[in-house]
Amino acid sequence: MNIQAASRHTPQPAPEVGQPVTRNANAHHELSIRVRDLSLWYGETQALNKLNIDIYQKNVTALIGPSGCGKSTFLRCLNRMNDLIPGVSIRGLVEMDGRDVNAVKMDEVALRRRVGMVFQKPNPFPKSIYENVAYAPRMHDLVSRKSEQDELVEHALREAGLWNEVKDKLHQPGTSLSGGQQQRLCIARAIAVQPDVILMDEPTSALDPISTATIEDLMDKLKKQFTIITVTHNMQQAARVADYTAFFHLGEIIEYNDTQMMFSSPATKKAEDYITGRYG
Amino acid sequence: MSQSFDDISAQLRKRHRKSARLKWFSMGALGLAGLFLVLFFTDMLNKGLPAFQQAQIQVQVDYSEQASQIPLAAVEEEVRDLVSRGFLRTIPLRMKNDPELLGVQRSEWVLADGQVDQYLKGHANKLRDDARERVDRLAAEGRVALKFNTTFFTRGDSKMPELAGIMSAAVGTVMTMLVTLAIAFPIGVMTALYLEEFAPDNRLTQIIEININNLAAIPSILFGLLGLAIFINFFGVPRSTPLVGGMTLALMTLPVIIISTRTALRSVPDSIRHAAFGVGCSRWQVVRDHVLPLAMPGIMTGSIIGLAQAMGETAPLIIVGMVAFIPDVGASFTQAATVLPAQVFTWSGEPDRAFIEKTAGGILVLLTILIFLNATAVILRKKFERRW
Repeated sequence: MNIQAASRHTPQPAPEVGQPVTRNANAHHELSIRVRDLSLWYGETQALNKLNIDIYQKNVTALIGPSGCGKSTFLRCLNRMNDLIPGVSIRGLVEMDGRDVNAVKMDEVALRRRVGMVFQKPNPFPKSIYENVAYAPRMHDLVSRKSEQDELVEHALREAGLWNEVKDKLHQPGTSLSGGQQQRLCIARAIAVQPDVILMDEPTSALDPISTATIEDLMDKLKKQFTIITVTHNMQQAARVADYTAFFHLGEIIEYNDTQMMFSSPATKKAEDYITGRYG
Repeated sequence: MSQSFDDISAQLRKRHRKSARLKWFSMGALGLAGLFLVLFFTDMLNKGLPAFQQAQIQVQVDYSEQASQIPLAAVEEEVRDLVSRGFLRTIPLRMKNDPELLGVQRSEWVLADGQVDQYLKGHANKLRDDARERVDRLAAEGRVALKFNTTFFTRGDSKMPELAGIMSAAVGTVMTMLVTLAIAFPIGVMTALYLEEFAPDNRLTQIIEININNLAAIPSILFGLLGLAIFINFFGVPRSTPLVGGMTLALMTLPVIIISTRTALRSVPDSIRHAAFGVGCSRWQVVRDHVLPLAMPGIMTGSIIGLAQAMGETAPLIIVGMVAFIPDVGASFTQAATVLPAQVFTWSGEPDRAFIEKTAGGILVLLTILIFLNATAVILRKKFERRW
């Protein structure tokens, strides 16, 4: 069955998750990514089981849950990084801008241009700070002249809150920065191509508390322009930065809700137990 | 009941003795290996260093009309049998090329005969007693001396030991290696790139991988037979040439380059690939802009080591006819040539004892080049070594 066609032409029944009630009056409610019945297998092992979730534009959505529950796997579905892993099979719909991202016709390079990613461990290219940011825009022909490129590098570094720290050493290697700075450099690298969505896979788990706070502030700022989806193991972090939170357990989304609702009165027992630290 | 320290120590003594014994065995093995190396080098240096010196003799050369016809007439009778015949033979040609030489009489240092050279170096020689007396007398007058042997480095092979040099073999080696590199490097790197970065991990690629590893362990003479059967007999590549030699050695070097390139590619951390994919690189862009630059030092190191291996290879070249008597320095890839190890092999079979030192001298030159190449590889690796 062609899931994409079906979803376009038949009215969807309202899913039980995916339409959170929000008390945040300022929150946007425009749909960014729509996920329906998404299942994923690593070989024989099923890692995701019929996920349904709507992700809203210009918000921070946090994915929480115990280790091995499929948060990161789900995140990688959104920019098809799972394609790089041999033996992965995916069924279901991930729809962005009216297009099925898993469709054969969808070019994963085009998708990743619109859905950027920041990884768990800072992984700047072993090139200069400048080159780290300038590489992707140049590759995508977003800039033609050197002056445009300089401007874009400065803009991206400013957005990532790194400009003042590195403006005098743009030609030093990106790997010479501290861990927190490296992670912000990776964020600058991601936003330099002007994506719609930025995926963050535990972006602060390798960082000290101060760098973590800086990144969290940055996420708060960046959500005015970008849709941010972050995986985190840190409950407080989810509570601090996220507008919406999805709780994963054993490859399923148990609960998806406005963050305040999720942390003050979780609807499910499992989410409550996890949030209150009874397991995980 | 718990044991006291003394009880435990008593039990441990045996174990400690065992590890001490093992340590001495391994140190002994290392020492033995070192000793052999020292012996080998001393022997080579002892035998080979004299090859870099050659006896010269100061004679009065008379470029007369008669000498242009009968070269022997150019020098006094006393030294005729002491001067290299190779030198005398060049006189008519030199006089023809340079007419002004006619009638000139001058004193020149010229190459002495190989036997004189051996006599001066205290080796076995075929000089008659009266010749030895004359050499002794000339030596006392300072008219015979051992001088730096430029001939050895500037000329090709010769049947006269005093005229034999390694230049033609060195040039042959360079040309053969160029062919080897031109073929093996691109094919090897591309193969490794495909297997490591593009190919799916399935049965077929696993079989290919095993076979490549096996290829590296095949006796090199089989590659020579392959070269003979395929390149010479089937494709008609001219035999004995740097072209066919290089192609044959390329077959042998390919697995080395493929394996070292794959190792280098594998040592590039996946986080770099993910970062590149994450900003929207295509697979080729990931490889070209990120993986390959990081793997390059490793690839270079492996290629240099593969090349050094090929450079010392003789067996496959015997089969494709590169062990040959090549007196002239080659000028093209399709001319018969020889290579350094083949030259050493040829000299080692010469009956004239004067070639013993040539053989050792050739080995020293070859070893120097190989040590230099390997050192380059080590320096490259050290310089670009990256820690993640």
